[in-house]
Amino acid sequence: MDATDQKRLLREMLFARRFEERCAEAYHERQIGGFLHLYPGEEACAIGVLEKAQTGSDYVVTGYRDHIHALKSGMDPKALMAELFGKEAGCSKGRGGSMHLFDPDVHFMGGYALVGGPFPLAAGFAKAIQLRGGQEISICFLGDGANNQGTFHETMNMASLWNLPVLFICENNLYGIGTAIERSTVEINQYKRVAPYGIEAAQCDGQDIDIVMTHAEKAVNYVREQRKPYFLELMTYRLRGHSMSDSGAYRSKEEVEEWAQRDPIGIYKRRLVEAGVVTEDEFHAMDKAVQDEIENEVVRYASECPEPRVEDVARYVYTEGGNNHG
Amino acid sequence: MAELMYWQGILRAHDEEMARDPLVFAMGEDIGVAGGTYKATSGLFAKYGEQRVVDTPISENSYTGIGVGAAMVGARPIVEIMSVNFAWLAMDQLMNNAAKIHYMSGGRIRCPFVMRVPGGTAHQLGAQHSARMEKVFMGISGLRVVTPATPRDAYGLLKSAVRSDDPVVIIEHESMYNLKGEVPDEEFFTPLEGVEIMRPGKDVSIFAYNISVHWALDAAKKLASEYGIDAEVIDLRALKPLDRAGIAASVRKTHHAIIVEEDEAPVGVGSEVMAIINEECFFDLDAAPVRVHALDIPIPYNHRLEKAAIPNAGDVIAAVRKMFGR
Ligand SMILES: Cc1ncc(C[n+]2csc(CCOP(=O)(O)OP(=O)(O)O)c2C)c(N)n1
Ligand SMILES: [Mg+2]
Repeated sequence: MDATDQKRLLREMLFARRFEERCAEAYHERQIGGFLHLYPGEEACAIGVLEKAQTGSDYVVTGYRDHIHALKSGMDPKALMAELFGKEAGCSKGRGGSMHLFDPDVHFMGGYALVGGPFPLAAGFAKAIQLRGGQEISICFLGDGANNQGTFHETMNMASLWNLPVLFICENNLYGIGTAIERSTVEINQYKRVAPYGIEAAQCDGQDIDIVMTHAEKAVNYVREQRKPYFLELMTYRLRGHSMSDSGAYRSKEEVEEWAQRDPIGIYKRRLVEAGVVTEDEFHAMDKAVQDEIENEVVRYASECPEPRVEDVARYVYTEGGNNHG
Repeated sequence: MAELMYWQGILRAHDEEMARDPLVFAMGEDIGVAGGTYKATSGLFAKYGEQRVVDTPISENSYTGIGVGAAMVGARPIVEIMSVNFAWLAMDQLMNNAAKIHYMSGGRIRCPFVMRVPGGTAHQLGAQHSARMEKVFMGISGLRVVTPATPRDAYGLLKSAVRSDDPVVIIEHESMYNLKGEVPDEEFFTPLEGVEIMRPGKDVSIFAYNISVHWALDAAKKLASEYGIDAEVIDLRALKPLDRAGIAASVRKTHHAIIVEEDEAPVGVGSEVMAIINEECFFDLDAAPVRVHALDIPIPYNHRLEKAAIPNAGDVIAAVRKMFGR
């Protein structure tokens, strides 16, 4: 990877971080409502994996912590922020919200609130690809907690049985809200849980984007070439609360501090500085530029664009012409 | 015009739609090699192969979700749930994903998903094989729910459902697969909305759907010949959305309304139709509307108890006679 791409990746992670932090502010200012699940600490996962996918063509689906997956899939940050602000110009026309971002134009097939719900959807995209004889793959990002749902086991079985081209990415951040993984799950190594289904799997560090990309490249190529599922577990950690209301009572300050030392942006920045790809000054300038862009373009756009019309509240329940055919 | 059985109508619709569009495919338990529990997919496996006539594992929620996912990216799945009782296990994918995706994506993602379910009470199958779930499906915003009473509509509704861009649940009936009736030889589409007048009459409107249409027709014959009461039998057919105008038009003509349902009364088709009558044409009524319905109990095994739990033509006649004091 050349220096331009390395700098771009660093900027993308920084943008993701600042975007989420700005969302938190907007939430406190009550411009964003509902449940808001932020991604700081986990940036290398979505950005690293999707860097190795064919975004725009491969189908991507995830849970409710979906902002960065949407961005890296190619969603316009303005459409994303407008959605969070509940605006008509939002990616889901203000009908979805933070947990339900959609952009079928770039094959970002959504954020979903029900833990484990997207597993079968991802396999379904792969089923459609298979029927069409396409070369795309389907990529499903979910947390460790989702693997205790029936949909995990049912979908692994069918994806393997039917050779569906779907890549399962497990973002193992060690917790499902406030329950530590060893308190909910017998086999805490998630990648081992797909072995009975005959699915190839690996586990790797999710904080170092270079390591993520190495494994992701292998995984993506495997699925694309073998037309079979693959399961990649990324060991990661969220540095903020589960959502905007989180007691934090379930984990120690020391533990959070330890993981903060392994902040994916910090790791990558240090590496690029040491390699002479960026200087500290350039990094600060980049950070400033990112924050300016978010404020002056993204947030301003989201604040200024109009809300949906109340007369349209019942629009989109059915498709137009859903009763006409023949 | 050929005489077909109900199951043959369903089979013909599958076959025509699958021949026309390579992205139409069927999934379900035992539908392929075994030919389908009610033969409704027999012969399709040999003709279209295992990719398009998919025998699934017993994983209702996830194969439903796979169908939903495939539908979201342009395929047209027809998912058969072996018995409606098992559809409870698929409710998450049906309700949270299929029904909501178009709305919550601001109309950006369509879900042309079809679920076929044999429903109703057959003979002594016991409480866990005798569910009637129409009230559950028709309570879900975003779904279309239709119920064929005849082989013609078993064919025509499936044809329309496959072509519709909305998710459609088709409730068939376990006791009606061998019912014979005329089906036009040329291609035919039954609308997914609107009632059908099965027998015009001027004295009382009997609203029915699925198997209860046949009870109502039997009752109407006897009411005419023995009691001089000219009943209009209305097949509601589409339970969601219900045809408010069609219901009101009949009541405005007859000024009397009876609703016949195989399901228990609470929170059901009858209560909904009654509410519509109240809202649309209360002052056209000459008598309070009456519901004929199943007892509010889990369906018993014993044949006498089972019979006592489910209404029949005699109950319809009794209700009409009481209404008219004859
Ligand atoms: C079916 C379902 N059950 C419970 C919840 C409530 N809930 C939301 S997120 C969550 C934890 C999920 O943990 P994990 O899958 O590890 O994802 P993470 O938030 O850690 O990324 C729970 C229990 C839900 N949204 N859906
Ligand atoms: Mg987790």
